[in-house]
Amino acid sequence: MREGRYGSWGRYPRRPQQAVSMRWRDRVPDGLFAEGSVLPFGNGRSYGDSCLNSAGYLLDARGLDRFIRFDPVEGTLACEAGVLLSEILDLVVPRGWFLPVTPGTAHVTVGGAIANDVHGKNHHRTGTFGCHVRRLELLRSEGTRHLCSRTENADLFRATVGGLGLTGLILWAELSLRPVASEAMEVRTTRFGNLEEFAALSAQADQDHEYTVAWVDCLARGDSLGRGLFMAGDHAAGNSVPRIKPRLDMPVDPPFPLVNGLSLRLFNLLYYHRPVSRGLHRQHYRDFLYPLDRISRWNRMYGRRGFMQYQCVVPRKSGTDVIGELLGQISASGTGSFLTVLKVFGDIESPGTLSFPRPGLTLALDFPNRGKRTLDLLDDLDRVVVDAGGAVYPAKDARMSSNAFKSYFPRWLEFEEFVDPGFSSDLWRRVAGGGG
Amino acid sequence: MRKILIVGATSAIAEATARLFARQGDCLFLVARDEARLVAVAENLRVRGATEVGQATLDLCETDRHEQVVAEAVQFLEGLDTVLIAHGTLSDQKACEASWQRTRQELEINLLSTLSLLTILANRFEVQGYGALAVISSVAGDRGRQSNYIYGTGKGALNIFLQGLRNRLHRSGVRVLTIKPGFVDTPMTAGIPKGALWATPERVAHTIKNAIERKRDVIYVPWFWRWIMGIIRTIPETVFKRLSF
Repeated sequence: MREGRYGSWGRYPRRPQQAVSMRWRDRVPDGLFAEGSVLPFGNGRSYGDSCLNSAGYLLDARGLDRFIRFDPVEGTLACEAGVLLSEILDLVVPRGWFLPVTPGTAHVTVGGAIANDVHGKNHHRTGTFGCHVRRLELLRSEGTRHLCSRTENADLFRATVGGLGLTGLILWAELSLRPVASEAMEVRTTRFGNLEEFAALSAQADQDHEYTVAWVDCLARGDSLGRGLFMAGDHAAGNSVPRIKPRLDMPVDPPFPLVNGLSLRLFNLLYYHRPVSRGLHRQHYRDFLYPLDRISRWNRMYGRRGFMQYQCVVPRKSGTDVIGELLGQISASGTGSFLTVLKVFGDIESPGTLSFPRPGLTLALDFPNRGKRTLDLLDDLDRVVVDAGGAVYPAKDARMSSNAFKSYFPRWLEFEEFVDPGFSSDLWRRVAGGGG
Repeated sequence: MRKILIVGATSAIAEATARLFARQGDCLFLVARDEARLVAVAENLRVRGATEVGQATLDLCETDRHEQVVAEAVQFLEGLDTVLIAHGTLSDQKACEASWQRTRQELEINLLSTLSLLTILANRFEVQGYGALAVISSVAGDRGRQSNYIYGTGKGALNIFLQGLRNRLHRSGVRVLTIKPGFVDTPMTAGIPKGALWATPERVAHTIKNAIERKRDVIYVPWFWRWIMGIIRTIPETVFKRLSF
């Protein structure tokens, strides 16, 4: 049992955690489920409190980091739940395979990717991570093990995909991969002046390109509300593989947060106006898909008080209007974000009962933690999202109300039946009042 | 491509080192007590690039079976050029102080089983005229301390044995590497609070692999333990006996 090194990526809230490490999938540590609830913990990349369990124990599953089988002909991989996506890519890319879905960081575990049913810049083509999970094995607190897939224990499978680690411990999973020709990607960046231009660009680009995402200048107002840069990319063939940009680190906390009103304004202005090369250019997949992985521990940029992420999805019909309203409120509040990301989710259905992605527009931002001011702003945003019939991403949340959660996830009662009575989390106690 | 026997292959340091060997396509033969865990480790090494991975389940205190298991390894690997011995337990000092039986058990697993293996392997390597024997000892063998001198006794005796063996085998071209880790964050040390001196199994593994390739004799991992233990060894016994650590 140890404390200290367990926390969430946003570093808010900060609460001491107790953890038990797991290294073998054949046996759980003695007496693990005897007292208090447990919550599986992977690589700590969830932003808020969905990866914390202050009232019980964390079950550190990062030690379950073994591959089990890799079939380079069929393109399937079985591995333990603590393996990082970056480790999978290091193994399979040289053999011509890639993960069909990856989030904006490769430093997440397979278990975490399933439990949050993560999505990527190619959601409109390939759906969520859970769509590509062929099977998994789940360990429940009563000691039973369950093989789950779309056909075996299908209801438990649907609850576990996107189930926030609450349905039991994922021991291992088998994934489908997709072929790629090289490590290179071809990328095109286009500037857009407002949300209408974004919608038009996106509609066309989603037809033509596998990966699409937009960065938005969240401080722009008026006619240029929602201006930004649209990035479209595809895996590319060819022998010339672009060099990976050098890695950076943030080894200590800066004495004051580097993110403040002035730096935000400057960054957003300069980034919008940065020179954009015309036409296609080649990039290494790591630089295109995981730009922030370049700076390890970049979360320290926000100082010791941490930051809050906010990612919502709103239905496509009135999508740009709602996004405009959200951006307007954020811009008016003067607090804002370096990385405001806008993307259109496609129609491929997520397999999870509690999965976040659904057809619509998704907006993600991070806010330096300024206490009540930030919390009030996010509550205001929640009101807009609830009215629009949208949802907020639990993996990035540290504060949504129980009512908001129940509106975002109307099937939560159906999900609750599969929650393991021995498992809980800070988030779950907050939004569902569940577990000890 | 090396032909490597790894004893105690499910220990955290051995597993981390084996992954480095696997990545360069070596052939591996794994020995450990727990069958299910051995299978998990072997599968992983195959996926990570090991050319062949064989395995045998063995309680290392059964020294009668050592000869046979080494023969199995040689047959599977079609030869043998490198051995990493990594099994062991962190003795419960208080329990050992209270019981000779317990003390003897600890010495059997941490010392005698290793000497048995080394006897068999040294003779084989001496005849073939090449090979590397890498053995995980500990800084605890450098000086006896009240808090862990039973564990230290095993490791200290092992260090002397390895010195003699290195001296004996030098002329036949066989290398003997003594590995002295300091504090390593592994399941064996799960109960101990961790400070700045602690190293990860991955870091220790890299050092071990490099030391085997560079034909080193004695290494401390991380390196600064050479200096720490150097100082600890120079404290006069009249002073040392009054200290409590």
